Amino acid sequence: MTESTAPPAADSAAHPAAGRWSAIVFAVVALLAGAVIGLLASPSVPDWLAPYLPIAVVAALDALFGALRAFLQRMFDSRVFVVSFIGNVLVAALIVFLGDQLGVGSQLSTAVVVVLGIRIFANVAAIRRQVFHA
Amino acid sequence: MSGPQDGARDGPSTAGTAAVHTSHGTPRRRRSVTAVVAFILVALLGFGFVTQLRSTAAGDNLEALRSDDLVQILDGLQQREDDLNAEIRTQEATLQGLLAGGASSGEALAEARKQASELEIINGVAPAAGPGITLRIGDPARAVSPEFLLDTVQELRNAGAEAIQIGAVRIGVDSAFVGDAASLQIDGKPVSRPISVKAIGEPATLAAAMSIPGGVVDSVRRVGATIDVGQSRSISITALRTPRAPIYARPAG
Repeated sequence: MTESTAPPAADSAAHPAAGRWSAIVFAVVALLAGAVIGLLASPSVPDWLAPYLPIAVVAALDALFGALRAFLQRMFDSRVFVVSFIGNVLVAALIVFLGDQLGVGSQLSTAVVVVLGIRIFANVAAIRRQVFHA
Repeated sequence: MSGPQDGARDGPSTAGTAAVHTSHGTPRRRRSVTAVVAFILVALLGFGFVTQLRSTAAGDNLEALRSDDLVQILDGLQQREDDLNAEIRTQEATLQGLLAGGASSGEALAEARKQASELEIINGVAPAAGPGITLRIGDPARAVSPEFLLDTVQELRNAGAEAIQIGAVRIGVDSAFVGDAASLQIDGKPVSRPISVKAIGEPATLAAAMSIPGGVVDSVRRVGATIDVGQSRSISITALRTPRAPIYARPAG
């Protein structure tokens, strides 16, 4: 762990702690800004997107919790996060789309949600160990 | 956790490499670009999350369902509709039964009331009106005996009289004719002359029963009294008997 903690600290050498946590603050602000825009715009979900949006949201949540875990373990890399976020959402939507074409759409979307839910649980457990050391 | 963690999939070494590259110009720039993209993605997640929340809360999630789910829901709804229709039929049948029961019990009550008023007339506790005859027996010699009055009542009953009044006394099943020709009494009350008898029934039949040979009219004339038989379309009998509650007999069955 000591090797991996050193480089990010060197990245923001002037304010090691402040630079590190400002990223979290920015992320939270971005999340809230997106939520506020969604609330204000209140767009209606197009029909073709309706089956995929909940799956995509769960996949993105999984990426987000993974990123938080990596951040707390000082292994966060924004490039990895971007790739995993987009990849997660696309793969989840693709699986559900394939399931729809094969006639097992509801079963496969359940499977995707279960798998992503397990991953979210695992990531949250790791975060909990990291934060509370328990 | 043995599984890969997104955001750190490449492990510590890759993250460290990326951080080392930040000391140079272009990788650092690329890194800030990916950070901006990451924030945009997080904002997108918030946006999508809220949008999905709203569309779920709006309850129009039927649009989001697949066709086989919709078919299943439709099947369920049809089944429920069938169940409810069956329940409606059962309840309607129950309602019809209850209504019919109510009507028939009302009819039974009306029938019982009718029977009760008929019994009141027969027992003499209610006034009665209808066609019938009046007898007026002039008996200045006081020759008419109680037995003769009893015979007259029985003749009238045989001829179908339904209500009889002699003088001011209503004749009932337990009427008593006592005394002798000089002091006639019915149910303990003296009978004044001329004796007036009113009977409700078929007038012609009653009148014919009075005038048969050896009948009432003959008997009255034999003892030297006079009798007038008058038929009428409407006779009203207003004298009443006091109903007597049975002491020993009780309704049975």
